[in-house]
Amino acid sequence: MRHQVRFSGFGGQGIILSAVILGRAAVMYDGKYAVQTQVYGPEARGGASMSAVIIDDQPILFPKVTNPDLFVIMSQEGFEKYGTRADPHAVMLLDSTLVRSRPGCKFFEVPATREAKETLGRDIVANIIMLGATVRATGIVSENAMEKAILDSVPKGTESLNIKAMKRGFDLIEKGAEP
Amino acid sequence: MQGNTACAEGALAAGCRFFGGYPITPSTEVAELMASRLPRKGGVFVQMEDEIASIASVIGASWTGMRSMTATSGPGFSLMMENLGFAVMTETPCVVVNVQRGGPSTGQPTMSAQGDMMQCRFGSHGDYSIIALSPASVQEMYELTARAFNLADQFRVPVFLMADEIIGHMRERIEIPDSMPIVERKPLIPGVLPFHPDPDLVPGFPTFGKGYGVHVTGLTHDERGYPCATSPSVHEELVTRLVEKVESARKRIADYVVTCPDAKVVFVSYGAPARSVEQLIHDRPSEKIGHLRLKMVWPFPEHALDEFPESQTFLVPEQNLGQIAREIQRHTDRSVVSLPKLGGNLHSPGELGQALEGHR
Repeated sequence: MRHQVRFSGFGGQGIILSAVILGRAAVMYDGKYAVQTQVYGPEARGGASMSAVIIDDQPILFPKVTNPDLFVIMSQEGFEKYGTRADPHAVMLLDSTLVRSRPGCKFFEVPATREAKETLGRDIVANIIMLGATVRATGIVSENAMEKAILDSVPKGTESLNIKAMKRGFDLIEKGAEP
Repeated sequence: MQGNTACAEGALAAGCRFFGGYPITPSTEVAELMASRLPRKGGVFVQMEDEIASIASVIGASWTGMRSMTATSGPGFSLMMENLGFAVMTETPCVVVNVQRGGPSTGQPTMSAQGDMMQCRFGSHGDYSIIALSPASVQEMYELTARAFNLADQFRVPVFLMADEIIGHMRERIEIPDSMPIVERKPLIPGVLPFHPDPDLVPGFPTFGKGYGVHVTGLTHDERGYPCATSPSVHEELVTRLVEKVESARKRIADYVVTCPDAKVVFVSYGAPARSVEQLIHDRPSEKIGHLRLKMVWPFPEHALDEFPESQTFLVPEQNLGQIAREIQRHTDRSVVSLPKLGGNLHSPGELGQALEGHR
């Protein structure tokens, strides 16, 4: 089974790291193959940022995502650039704090940036909330694999904050983020 | 693991203990990892003031006997050209990683390209030959970097790892072998002149600080290493040997993968576009689609074209305007079709499929 996942947002949100963590969960803890790629501009922060992951049971030849079945979108510009052309059978998770538009495909509204700021006190973990929500909504990797991959990837001292963020993402889906 | 990380890991596994460099997208991760790992292994990392100094430091370190490298991209690679000629003339083993981005000039820092394939071959002045490898996966970023050090020491030439942004920044699964085979630099036999070649045309290496005081110059030199810049015969003999020591090994060191040797239409690729060709072949299992994938581009393995005796057309997808396609044209009477792609995107398997239909 192949999944093509596209993340988009702006530089500084951890769009590329999100894709790295998802790929890592699939390869290191779920025993699958994954390839992660990205597109970003020369700016360090603020420019449009896109990353992608292919997850498959078989080795992956062509490394680029062509027709994503899953979108994780964290900015309005990211939606306009990538989300508007989503396949009708795709699934999209939106950071509803930052994305105004809604797609034609199935989607989940996740107020990740607001939750990160108000509930967890750090807006930097919004991407981890999105990852938690993505895993709970789609089961693309196991929740256990996601937790381990997050712990591998975040700075020392922020582990419990990031795990809280992931679990907040789980809860937001439970509470019916789907309209 | 990321491609650039795998490159640094492969270098460390091959015993590289000196890195002199200047950070540049999309190669910076190589320097970052070397900066954190080399000191802990007893090695040296120096961030130099620019790429001219970077390659100079690498050449100096190599003469102390260390396996030495740098990593850069187009703009830095251009700055290195003068001293790369110096490395060729002084027969200094070194590894230069170029994670290619869009050019000319600063071009597209974060986008992929293969526009420096001719520059790595001919970018410095004068006649010479070098070796260039081209990885198509994270696994090969590791393995070919390690091999680059062996080739550099074996032939005493700069060896280029001509990667691209896609392979350098991509993350995928990699299997790290327990150890990499290491081919040691041939030492100079006491009593032999320092630039006197063995039958393989490569002189033994007189490491600084190991009993030798050798004159190392970019001027045309005799076998003692002393300048001898007005003798036509010394120059002709020296430059011919510098070229021949690499060119005569062309078949022996060639590194390529042949798929479907009885195909009529054959893709020739290196680096990231190879992945598109492999996907196309995978998607059309019933069709005979040939593929010559080059892991070593220079010296160009012209004999590899003969592995496809039925071939009528060679299709050459590259992230440039046809640099290696023209090289292939030089070596075959079959039709050679360049499939250029600029801008940073990879050829899609669909695009290659259309090219295939058009040339059956």
